[in-house]
Amino acid sequence: MLELKNISFAAENDGKEKQIIKDISLTIENDKFTVITGPNGGGKSTLAKIIAGIEKPISGRLILDGQDITELSITDRAKAGIGFAFQQPVRFKGLTVLDLLKIAYGKPIKVADACTFLSEVGLCAKDYINREVNSSLSGGELKRIEIATILARDPKLAVFDEPEAGIDLWSFQNLIRIFENMRNSVSGRSIIVISHQERILNIADEIIVLADGAILKRGAKDEILPEITGTDSAVGSCEMLDKEARK
Amino acid sequence: MSKVQLDEIQKRLIREVADLHDIPEGAYNFRANSSLAGRNTTANIDIKTKEDKPGIDIIIKEGTKNESVHIPVVLSQSGIKETVYNDFYVGDNADVLIVAGCGIDNCGTGDSEHDGIHRFFIGKGAKVKYVEKHYGSGDGTGKRILNPVTEVYMDEDSAMEMEMVQIKGVDSTERTTKAELKAGAKLVVHERLMTHGEQKALSIYDVALNGKGSSADVVSRSVARDNSYQKLDMCILGNDECSGHTECDSIIMDNGRILAVPSLEANSVDAMLVHEAAIGKIAGDQLTKLMTLGLTEQEAEEQIINGFLK
Repeated sequence: MLELKNISFAAENDGKEKQIIKDISLTIENDKFTVITGPNGGGKSTLAKIIAGIEKPISGRLILDGQDITELSITDRAKAGIGFAFQQPVRFKGLTVLDLLKIAYGKPIKVADACTFLSEVGLCAKDYINREVNSSLSGGELKRIEIATILARDPKLAVFDEPEAGIDLWSFQNLIRIFENMRNSVSGRSIIVISHQERILNIADEIIVLADGAILKRGAKDEILPEITGTDSAVGSCEMLDKEARK
Repeated sequence: MSKVQLDEIQKRLIREVADLHDIPEGAYNFRANSSLAGRNTTANIDIKTKEDKPGIDIIIKEGTKNESVHIPVVLSQSGIKETVYNDFYVGDNADVLIVAGCGIDNCGTGDSEHDGIHRFFIGKGAKVKYVEKHYGSGDGTGKRILNPVTEVYMDEDSAMEMEMVQIKGVDSTERTTKAELKAGAKLVVHERLMTHGEQKALSIYDVALNGKGSSADVVSRSVARDNSYQKLDMCILGNDECSGHTECDSIIMDNGRILAVPSLEANSVDAMLVHEAAIGKIAGDQLTKLMTLGLTEQEAEEQIINGFLK
């Protein structure tokens, strides 16, 4: 269980300080698949990075299973059980997919086991296991490898920052299937996905709508989803909600 | 055939530079502290001591296939300075692996220096894979110096793949590699270099593509840490219809300095030459990604460098 208590974050933009996260408090329960959605620039990715320790909040506390992790480094948070999938996966000259999966697994891993993680994300393991994680891989391939590193790590709390970004339609079908599987085996863990996609929202137990750095709506999927869909896309509807909130 | 006699330090150095845990199969020549420590020749590969200067001639018969030559050198006494001339004559259509390398362990106060001058005369249609590793260890104040010169003369349709590695412990190095390629010859070079402390490394390549259809691909990956300095000077000359590519890709850390000078000279309208050079520190998001997988910043850095130099 992750608790966020009065989290605020600000960043400097053109010499002016801009408040990006405004006093957010929320609890992510175990065994839950939570989707955070909302308009672009609403603070979703920043919140995800604050959870992973990549950004430091200016105030507030983070509590993971009763342990205050606010001051823990990225490394120590990873060791405490937080996993983070980047919106734009990083490329490494020289490191292979297998190297990355070995690091993620954190202990010696059999090649056959590493291959299982790749198969789960729809990549033919033998074609990819020894490939370098460099610019020869497409955005969609990198994204799936990124997700495979999280599967290999098997964290208590997994945070996915816009997993659908940069993925083609065919890969997207696969992605939904991966998240559905995760949803079904979430027991004892929790998953947070930052997403605009209705089909990902549809898998959620709980939906949080974040706009302008604050929680605009929060509740069970059945309660929130009808309110934010029905227009062209969840993005559009979120923007509508956001405008309403600003009135 | 003479019996190889090496002490523990020498054995360790051999392991570092030649990946040898035992006496290799095939032809070999072990040189330790300026004298011959062991030699083996085969029906197809002969090794002779030069009479006019220090060094050996390695003569590989025409058509020799799937054989290897190991010629490691170790220096474990402080204060040795030597220049050694090794000439390789690779017969037409031979296909061989040549493993050279020098390990210096200097625990004393005198500088230890090994300057290996290697010349390769590669016959028509012959294929050579050449692996050269340099390694230094020992905590004495004496410097460990290696100044290798490699000259490659490639006859028609021959191919050579060179792997040049210097990762650890060499204080000062000036590496010069020259190659001349006739028609259809193909040269591939992978250089990996890491410097640390106050080390200085100069690596100079001069590749002349003289024949029609010749090609060269010279790729260097280097890491400069601490206060070390590297100069990477890579030149390809295209004198006929040919294709050449050089790439210097470097990671800079701490107060390291790197000067990359890739250069191309086209003397034929049909020469196609490309160079690429990039120098930069380790990207912050690379470190962050590996830290989110549980590595410390230092462990992440090591993984990135190991991968880069692999």
